[in-house]
Amino acid sequence: MDDTLRRTGVPDKDAVQAVYPTKDRLERGAVAILECFQNIPCNPCATCCPRRAIKAFLDINDPPVIDWEKCNGCAICVANCPGLAIFVVDENYSPTEALIKLPYEFVPLPTVGSLVQAINRAGEVVGTARVVRVQNPPNFDRTAVVHIAVARELAREVRFFALGGVGA
Amino acid sequence: MKTVDICVIGGGPAGLNAALAAAQGGASVLLLDDADYLGGQLVKQTHMFFGSEKQQAGTRGIDIASTLVQAVQSIPAIDVWLETTALGLYDDSVLTVEQQGRYRKVKAKRFIVATGASEKMLAFKGNDLPGVYGAGAVQTLMNVFGVRPGQRVLMVGAGNIGLIVSYQLLQAGVKVEAIVEGSPQIGGYLVHASKIRRAGVPILTSHTILEAYGENAVEGAVICELNRAWQIIPNTARRLAVDVICLAVGLSPLSDLLWQADCRMLYTSELGGHVAWRDENLRTSQPHIYIAGDVAGIEEASSAMVEGAVAGYAAAKDIGLAPMDVEQRLLVALEQLKELRSGPVGEKIRLGIAEVQSVRGDIDGRHT
Repeated sequence: MDDTLRRTGVPDKDAVQAVYPTKDRLERGAVAILECFQNIPCNPCATCCPRRAIKAFLDINDPPVIDWEKCNGCAICVANCPGLAIFVVDENYSPTEALIKLPYEFVPLPTVGSLVQAINRAGEVVGTARVVRVQNPPNFDRTAVVHIAVARELAREVRFFALGGVGA
Repeated sequence: MKTVDICVIGGGPAGLNAALAAAQGGASVLLLDDADYLGGQLVKQTHMFFGSEKQQAGTRGIDIASTLVQAVQSIPAIDVWLETTALGLYDDSVLTVEQQGRYRKVKAKRFIVATGASEKMLAFKGNDLPGVYGAGAVQTLMNVFGVRPGQRVLMVGAGNIGLIVSYQLLQAGVKVEAIVEGSPQIGGYLVHASKIRRAGVPILTSHTILEAYGENAVEGAVICELNRAWQIIPNTARRLAVDVICLAVGLSPLSDLLWQADCRMLYTSELGGHVAWRDENLRTSQPHIYIAGDVAGIEEASSAMVEGAVAGYAAAKDIGLAPMDVEQRLLVALEQLKELRSGPVGEKIRLGIAEVQSVRGDIDGRHT
């Protein structure tokens, strides 16, 4: 496994590349990206997927395997992953923007339409994001899924956001 | 004297499941805990659990606690004594306890010791200053009593507890300045590490704390870098202004009762220290005593829950209470345990258990 990840908690580019959908699939809209790099005994992503896109585990310690053709980016797995390691990316959200659906367990939840700081895997602010939607239904069990729009070129980097300090 | 079939000592994830399994196995059960609530450490776990649906994966620890406690309370065969501390466990199958100032005795055919673990301490200058906490205390303050421990925290240890408590601190609006970890690698699940990294907390592997400073309470910490041989690298010491230093440097099995009961004890570093010899059904060298959970070896709560079930079913079967399905339930639980431990993160536990079981529990001899 990627030594950078073990040392710092941040996966390197190669590790991310290895779990990334093909360019062709990305161009066809929303799809889940499973940033789960360690063999730990865990399988809720597979059991919660309504389309069975995340395959049933033969061994619960295996990393998840997804069929990107079956995945429609619904983000149910985003709220169900105990490791908060799944993100949905729609690179075709608009001509200039990509949409990222990410898990969020902090209060307060952001307001739809507000601008927030777009943050990468290392916790660095890399731009501005716009909150498009906040999903927090009871069956997501307090892991909200927040949809943010970011500049397309940031789609691969942004995995978190912080409130405040932007456009206020 | 209270008389029951099976007495379970400790009401955490292992003990609750042990009580439920023993009752399902047809036994009358007494479950006791020194706290004034059941659930043990589960009640402080606000994150979704790993594992499979069989161990309620995807559910938060605190909600698993509620489900288990409700189940225990709904079964008439299970009696619960809270604020009850086990004192001594004797050869004639009698347990003595202190209960709110009263001294009482319990006679049971089998005991399941599920006492959990205690936190390790770390030696450094100033570690007795107010503001130096164990991670368990920080969790208790925040998640049981709703009190923030301070404003700026240095976390020591990047195992699962250090990572999870750091995340909980962030959720409570407390700034975590850094996590220092002596080892060159993060010990906890990397998904936990990644989620606190994106939230802006640096994880400094190959770093340790040298001292805590402050007049009457912690005002800061001195941290430094370590080389691969865990030696301090000169001129790397630096100050970090914090008012809380939180120690998450490991757990030790809380095994005093097992020592006192003269169970055969073995030092097994992979299991976190001294643990009792046990057979595959978690029966110790004292035939009336079973173990389950962290006291049997430091591991995840999901395994502790399954171990509780194994011990509960096995103890019920052992005293001749054999509803038709108890054998089957025991086998299913054993299979689940095997599955949870089968991957790379279960390797240490597998090695530790193999080491314990490589000696016999019924003879008085050490490794030869």
